[in-house]
Amino acid sequence: MEPKDIADLIKDRYPSELKETKEFRGQVSVVMRKDRIKEVMQYLHDTPELYFNYLEDLCGVDYLGKKEPRFEVVYHLFSLRHRHMIRIKAEVPEEDASIESVVCIWAGADWHERECFDLFGIDFKGHPDMRRILLPEDWEGHPLRKDYPLQSDQGEKEWHGYKEILEIAKKNKKYEVG
Amino acid sequence: MPAIEKQMNTKDLTISMGPQHPATHGVLRVVLDLDGERVLKCTPYVGYLHRGVEKLAENKTYLSALPLTDRLDYISSMSNNVGYCVAVERLFGIEAPERAKYIRTIMCEMTRISSHIIGVSTHALDIGAMTLFLYSFRDREVLMDLFEMVCGARLTVSYPRIGGVRNDVNQEFIDRLYAFTEEFPKTIEREYETLLNENRIWKQRTEGIGVISAEEAISWGLTGPTLRGSGVPYDVRKFAPYDAYDKVEFNVPVGKNGDVYDRYLCRMEELKQSNFIIRQCLEQMPKGAILAPDAPKFTLPAKDKVLNDMESLIHQFVLITKGPISAPEGEIYVATEVPKGELGYYLISDGSGRPYRMRLRAPSFVHISALPVFCRDALVADVIANIGTIDIVLGECDR
Repeated sequence: MEPKDIADLIKDRYPSELKETKEFRGQVSVVMRKDRIKEVMQYLHDTPELYFNYLEDLCGVDYLGKKEPRFEVVYHLFSLRHRHMIRIKAEVPEEDASIESVVCIWAGADWHERECFDLFGIDFKGHPDMRRILLPEDWEGHPLRKDYPLQSDQGEKEWHGYKEILEIAKKNKKYEVG
Repeated sequence: MPAIEKQMNTKDLTISMGPQHPATHGVLRVVLDLDGERVLKCTPYVGYLHRGVEKLAENKTYLSALPLTDRLDYISSMSNNVGYCVAVERLFGIEAPERAKYIRTIMCEMTRISSHIIGVSTHALDIGAMTLFLYSFRDREVLMDLFEMVCGARLTVSYPRIGGVRNDVNQEFIDRLYAFTEEFPKTIEREYETLLNENRIWKQRTEGIGVISAEEAISWGLTGPTLRGSGVPYDVRKFAPYDAYDKVEFNVPVGKNGDVYDRYLCRMEELKQSNFIIRQCLEQMPKGAILAPDAPKFTLPAKDKVLNDMESLIHQFVLITKGPISAPEGEIYVATEVPKGELGYYLISDGSGRPYRMRLRAPSFVHISALPVFCRDALVADVIANIGTIDIVLGECDR
């Protein structure tokens, strides 16, 4: 099915949830409200003519200062049977940075959602094991947010693990450099 | 239960395998809950190699973000580069010339061969078959030399460019690669397959181990040979061809049982198919440009032009300092088939010279997340076989 027809199907089924559709280079993005996202995903997964059985990717995007609501959770869905894909974008506001988890639909969403929580601070409700994944458990902040600095500006408040590494490096240093 | 066992005081044991364990292929830590030798629960921990590639890419221009992609899957950096270039090209709406497409396809398949032979041989090494490891490094060396010949680097190549490749391949490269493709299928049959295919120990260690059904594999989002071992013929090169893959013939091998042995067979067959693709590319490769000539605002001009032509000098200056400033606004997801599976680039452009967001869908990350499924009812020794069979590189997983 053509991506535009899929977008139309979603529009017919969930007119109140869909905000807009965009097309760029043949790929269609469907921007949706987040409240019933799990229901929409279940529909996309179960309907025989859509049959999106494969979650290619799930990630977050931060549009700080560009747009309201601030965050988006982006799902790339693919159907192995029909060979079509669609991009669903769920808008997540900063005040209520949470969205329903889709782990019960695609098991592979598990780590993607944990990563999204780790790097963007978006909470996935109903996820079986919502912990940080790439960063240490006691890390503060969410690095992929646009207001998180590229280089540390924390000074004394720096993560203790980093300070420990610096101290070890100092202790083991044999020669003074420059 | 024998009397002696009844008196024995037993308890479940939790051990941490890794992060520095020779069989975890990098810094992967797996916490195993054990009842004797049986695995009750397996929990992988990743992130030891996290360098924030996605964050870094947001602060670099499209051109200078390319070397970051080398460092993901560092034993198949050529495919990562090609994936990135294809994604950016599609975002910009430019097309690489035919010759460049063929060269990139050749490079991708060479990488696939070198990655698969490392993958299979370290996998075999982990579960006790050492000989293959030595043979495979001998063959890989030929490919590494060829990479070095064409771009000067062996591992982190950064050879493809947005809109083409950095420099052309010469006749000596073509001859040497052709000679390799003549010899390689025989090597596979004579040395690799005779060592393992019917090896009784190898088969006992791999058959019926780490079984995953097709439905489960799809639900977990597995890709590449790890998915195809379960009998799902999903290959991005066939489903959404990029570069010259729509002009060459090849088969997509699939397994039946979805166990470690079938995935091994898939990889072996893919080696032959890659070899076949390289031969076709070498024979069909047309002459011509290697960098898109009609896109001066996106691709770096040739060096001799920069030195002699004012306009090219300006383009070069702007591209290096500010990036492609006429990049269109939009977003694109492009998947490419790297040796490990599907590598997806999701790029969002806001019209500036830097990607607003670059998301990497790394196959190793997804595969490790499914490790607990592979390790259901496994023994400790099977965990090693399972880590080998999903063919992971932690640089790509942690990004």
